Amino acid sequence: MFDPAAQDHHPTLSPAFHRERRDMRAMGMWLFLGSEVMFFTAFFAAYIVARSAAPGFVAMPLERGFGTLNTIVLLTSSLTMALAVLNSKRGERVKTGRYIALTFLLACVFLVVKGIEYAHHFEAGDFPSHDIFFGFYFLLTGFHGLHVLGGMITLAILWWRNRRGDFNKDYNDPIEIAGLYWHFVDLVWIFLFPALYLL
Amino acid sequence: MSAQTIDSVADFVHPEPTDFFHKYVWSYDHKTVAKQYLWTSLIFLVLGGFLAMLIRWQIAYPGAPVPLLGALLKGRFIFDGNGAVSAEGYIQLASMHGLVMIFFVIIPLIVGAFGNFLIPLHIGSRDVAFPLLNALSYWLYFVAGLLILASFLVPLGPAASGWTNYPPLSDVAGANSPDIGMNLVMSAVFLAGFSSIFGGINFLVTIVKMRAPGMTWMRLPMTTWAQFVTAIFQVLATPMLAAAGAMLLFDRILHTSFFVPRGVMIGAAAAANTGGGYPLLWQHVFWFYAHPAVYILILPSMGFTSDILPAFARKPIFGQRAMIISLVAIMGLGFIVWGHHMFVSGLNPWMGMAFMISTIFIALPSGVKVFNWLGTIWGGSLRLEPPMLYALTFVAMFIVGGLSGIFMAATPVDVYIHDTYYVIAHFHYVVFGATLFSVFAATTYWFPKMFGREMNRTLNYVHWALSFIFFNLAFFPMHFLGEAGHMRRLMTSTGYEFLNPMAPWNEFITIAAFCLGASQIVFAYNFIHSVFFGKPAQPNPWEASTLEWTIPVPVPHYNYRTIPTVYRGPHEYSSPEAAPADWIAQDAPPRGNRAAH
Repeated sequence: MFDPAAQDHHPTLSPAFHRERRDMRAMGMWLFLGSEVMFFTAFFAAYIVARSAAPGFVAMPLERGFGTLNTIVLLTSSLTMALAVLNSKRGERVKTGRYIALTFLLACVFLVVKGIEYAHHFEAGDFPSHDIFFGFYFLLTGFHGLHVLGGMITLAILWWRNRRGDFNKDYNDPIEIAGLYWHFVDLVWIFLFPALYLL
Repeated sequence: MSAQTIDSVADFVHPEPTDFFHKYVWSYDHKTVAKQYLWTSLIFLVLGGFLAMLIRWQIAYPGAPVPLLGALLKGRFIFDGNGAVSAEGYIQLASMHGLVMIFFVIIPLIVGAFGNFLIPLHIGSRDVAFPLLNALSYWLYFVAGLLILASFLVPLGPAASGWTNYPPLSDVAGANSPDIGMNLVMSAVFLAGFSSIFGGINFLVTIVKMRAPGMTWMRLPMTTWAQFVTAIFQVLATPMLAAAGAMLLFDRILHTSFFVPRGVMIGAAAAANTGGGYPLLWQHVFWFYAHPAVYILILPSMGFTSDILPAFARKPIFGQRAMIISLVAIMGLGFIVWGHHMFVSGLNPWMGMAFMISTIFIALPSGVKVFNWLGTIWGGSLRLEPPMLYALTFVAMFIVGGLSGIFMAATPVDVYIHDTYYVIAHFHYVVFGATLFSVFAATTYWFPKMFGREMNRTLNYVHWALSFIFFNLAFFPMHFLGEAGHMRRLMTSTGYEFLNPMAPWNEFITIAAFCLGASQIVFAYNFIHSVFFGKPAQPNPWEASTLEWTIPVPVPHYNYRTIPTVYRGPHEYSSPEAAPADWIAQDAPPRGNRAAH
């Protein structure tokens, strides 16, 4: 057993240690995603109430082309993220880096498309204060966009750490945990898209 | 010495920091983070108490200049030109007293400070699961605290719509209503919420994954059980507050209309928001969080009490399994009762009926707990040390506050007493009488372990007696005020004929409240003096059996030099196996196995 009172500040971390810590980090991430689900649930619940009962609620038609394109982009990014996790577990450092970079690029594409869409709204005078529908539209897509941005920062750090050679077959949990988060961000969009664009 | 290998996360601990910054500021040590929480929340406790004193002054002596402070700060902050509390200032006092006490005192105190300190010690680990996240939680709370303080200094002052921040009052910025201050307060609450979520995640993973060998769920001390259940609330309910706050800030800054109905006028001008939203929506989302938050304020205290009563009655907790089940039941029911805050808000009466029934059901697990506490002290050999007196006061005050809660759960009664002083009496009996007294119990009980020194016993008895008497004198008469129809957040009661007979009561309450506030000086002096100059403490002054008492004081950086193996439950008192002593530590191997010694 490790004796913390001994003057040894650089103990070796065994593979068993890494396995145990990966489980703990994964549990922490799942709990965080649980709280994220509650966060978005509040918005969705409010949107459902407003949509079904607010007097004078009008669902404005959005440009479905943009929405569909972004759905495809995000779904693809989930695939590349899963491939990054898979390759990191096999210890394929170069491939892992490529897939992380690809995921990052797809996230960029998503935000650029979203930005063009926002610009179209502003040109047409559809600001968040325009009516309740646009309030919810900007609330939901805005917070989702912030989550994409947070994911991109994480991906950039992971790409750099992977390039530096931090990860190997035994230790790659940051990539796996970031993957969980990325799939969640994707999943939120899967709910947002029909609720805002298709209904 | 050759390099050691670490095979388990429970063995890992960050090296002891040597520089000031890592030792006291950005610390990974759960004990230091706990003390950071403790000191910060105690400072906020002074601020919150001080706001309460100003409220009481105004309600007892309406329009009279506040002594000293009023003359000093004429026309500034919450004071008018005469040095009395202004109308806007009064509602700001009431709002900020609530917000500060709930988000910046009680939750950080019982969860942040005591949860952080006790959970790793109770489960026999060297730190929490994510030490970095722990430091981050504290500093998020600290930044939120700075925002709250800043809100007092901006033009027009802090939030002025009650701690519940009901729209449209909180939502639509008018010429005379705080704008920047309100935004700062909402941002502070948002940040404090995230601090709470991260703390909850950390505690859950710690308790699930890092228990020492043999520490089964049924051997877990009740404090840690209570923290576990509280952490579930924090992770699943607090995001609702973040969402509600985000929508409110959208309404205020981007002029969306989530909570703004059509046709809101400010003075003669129409509001900037187009309208069409629901003020009631805020109440639903807010109370979906805030009612579970009420249980975040009380469950950890129930945990402290369930560990302290056995230690001073020299008996195991009565019905441990029932105590745990009732904790979990309170959590489950706590998620489906939020509507009882909205009986007079325009809720569908049938919804009110459903919420009334689910709320009254909570009396069941709460009753189980009260009877089990009584069962614990029944026939025990009581040691009336200060922590025991505080803990017994917790039980007594919780009974009073719990019973008045049942009155309010009944819709027909609530329609009459809603938003009166009856409500104020109820939740102060729970949050001050129960929670804060349990904090005194926990502080006096764990003080020797936390600071390695003893508190002055005589001063603790004096503080207990004064607080107990003046607390009841201050808050019990509020029940009468409420029954007489005295509304809460009323700046002056002299303007209403039907309230005039209650004026002597108001003055009486104020004097009792000032005495209650002054009594706390005894505790503050005792606490601060003992931290620095107290008598060095024994490792186990109370002869208690949980794990934290087996380690030396001051507690080493790594808590446990070898991770203990647990063989028994948390309250092994008066066990025949222990003879001739009357207690056995949780990690003592079974007797008869002499080889283990």
